[in-house]
Amino acid sequence: MTALLQVAGLGKRFGGFVALESIDLEVQQGERLGLIGPNGSGKSTLVNCICGTLRNESGSVRFAEEALDGLSAHQRTRRGLARSFQLPRPFASLSLAENLRIPLLYTVNARATGALGHAAIDARCLELLGQVGLAAKAERLPRDLTQIEMRKLELARAMAAEPKLLIADEAMAGLSHAEVDEIIALLIRLNAQGVTVIMIEHIMRAVMEFSQRLAVLVAGRKIADGPPQDVVRDPEVVRAYLGE
Amino acid sequence: MASLAVSGIAPGLRGVPFTLALIAVAVVIFAFGRWLDSSYAFFIGYVVVQYIVLGTAWNILGGYTGYVNFGITAFFAIGAYSTVALHKLVPTLPLPVMIVVSGVLAGLVGLGTGYLTLRLRGVFFSIATLALAVVVQTLITNWDFVGGARGAYVLRPKVAPLIGGEYVQYLFLLMLGICVIVLATARGIERSSLGYGFAAIRDDEGAAEASGVPTLKLKLIATTLSGGFMGMAGAPLPFYVTYLDPASGFSLNYAVNAIAMPLIGGTGSWLGPVVGAVLVGGLQEYLRVTISSAVNVLVAGVLMVAFVIAAPQGIVGLFQRKR
Repeated sequence: MTALLQVAGLGKRFGGFVALESIDLEVQQGERLGLIGPNGSGKSTLVNCICGTLRNESGSVRFAEEALDGLSAHQRTRRGLARSFQLPRPFASLSLAENLRIPLLYTVNARATGALGHAAIDARCLELLGQVGLAAKAERLPRDLTQIEMRKLELARAMAAEPKLLIADEAMAGLSHAEVDEIIALLIRLNAQGVTVIMIEHIMRAVMEFSQRLAVLVAGRKIADGPPQDVVRDPEVVRAYLGE
Repeated sequence: MASLAVSGIAPGLRGVPFTLALIAVAVVIFAFGRWLDSSYAFFIGYVVVQYIVLGTAWNILGGYTGYVNFGITAFFAIGAYSTVALHKLVPTLPLPVMIVVSGVLAGLVGLGTGYLTLRLRGVFFSIATLALAVVVQTLITNWDFVGGARGAYVLRPKVAPLIGGEYVQYLFLLMLGICVIVLATARGIERSSLGYGFAAIRDDEGAAEASGVPTLKLKLIATTLSGGFMGMAGAPLPFYVTYLDPASGFSLNYAVNAIAMPLIGGTGSWLGPVVGAVLVGGLQEYLRVTISSAVNVLVAGVLMVAFVIAAPQGIVGLFQRKR
């Protein structure tokens, strides 16, 4: 079986700085992958290249057996690749329900299967907000939300696009213990519904609890990829995180 | 956007009834003008309605999509000079046809400008549009066929076709018609997925892309509509002023007012530019006849500064329910 996401030889430079060097990564349908690495190791750059926000100079990205190279970000989203942003980026002038309406209108309804009516969209917005516990604030503006609610909104908006693959970019940074558990439960629930999830995270507890497989980026190169328990004991990974 | 449905006039009306209501209002206004039977009233009315059109057109790109266009006079003058050129080429061509042609031309320029400049964001886009105004003005000034720097005379017929009476009544009626089209379009956008897409772009273009919004396509739609409507607003101008030269066609007043009126009225809804244009346009005219003909630009400037500081959501924003 071919993988859902196939990244092969992907390279990205910013001027003279090599941000990503020949990254190979495969993610199987239904998998939960953790992606870790020290700050500046290229995790977000990799996400941006996969999602089309940045253009990679070399290598290729294939998704659901289709080459994505040259496609813009919105075309990739429509093909089933959704991401949340590391720092929440809500649509500030729109209510929470309207925030979710955007991907419903422009992703779900843009697909051949789509064409939700007005009422169906409203219902779906509320349903999604309910899943992340924000239904009571559907008519509020994002500025009224707390940090964790903002991150939940960010995830809900990515979920609204009904993705095959969801990339959660540090959805838990700065959250409390209980809040982290909440988000992990949410992502695992989503995964149980058939969505493949890549979690980028610094909180090791969350990564270990969530991931079936772990990949490690250091200075733009992938240095480890395998079962989480093995990867965290890998001498090279330990060296990258703790030094010699 | 939805806040508009909360506070806007006739929130429950769908597209067609709303357009019919607009037409009814326009008919009443025109009938009132005929009853007044004052050509002065028609001359003022024309200016105010022209600014409603210009302000709404600017707002489609500036208010809904968040791209501030300073090149208003370029599109407006393209409309006006299209009429001058068409009138010279085919003197018998009816004015409504010229308006449509002007709109199409200005819309195409909007589309082209969009292609060239929309990779620029924020203030850089605005600077590029400012440059566009300078470029178009230079071209027109050096184009002898439409009068060049000397300007061009367009003699307006004494009697209005179809409706009789003074020709300015006909001009006013046409401008009302354009206004109905533009307002119906603007409100239609607000309530459609296009409006939500525009708002997403205005709030965060990257996040909009990630949510599946084809940002480049939507921005091109916005620049085309906005430019086209500005061109339509300018099309009847040569018949209104009868003498058009680059200095008046590209007057800073148009640009200042077209930006000030939506900002003062409120950029979030179709009603904002209407309120702004009626208020500022009316006040300017009042001051022009009572105090001085130069004070009108000051009014727009002072009010704009005051509103940006004190009520950034504009007048309509003041009446909207706080969420």
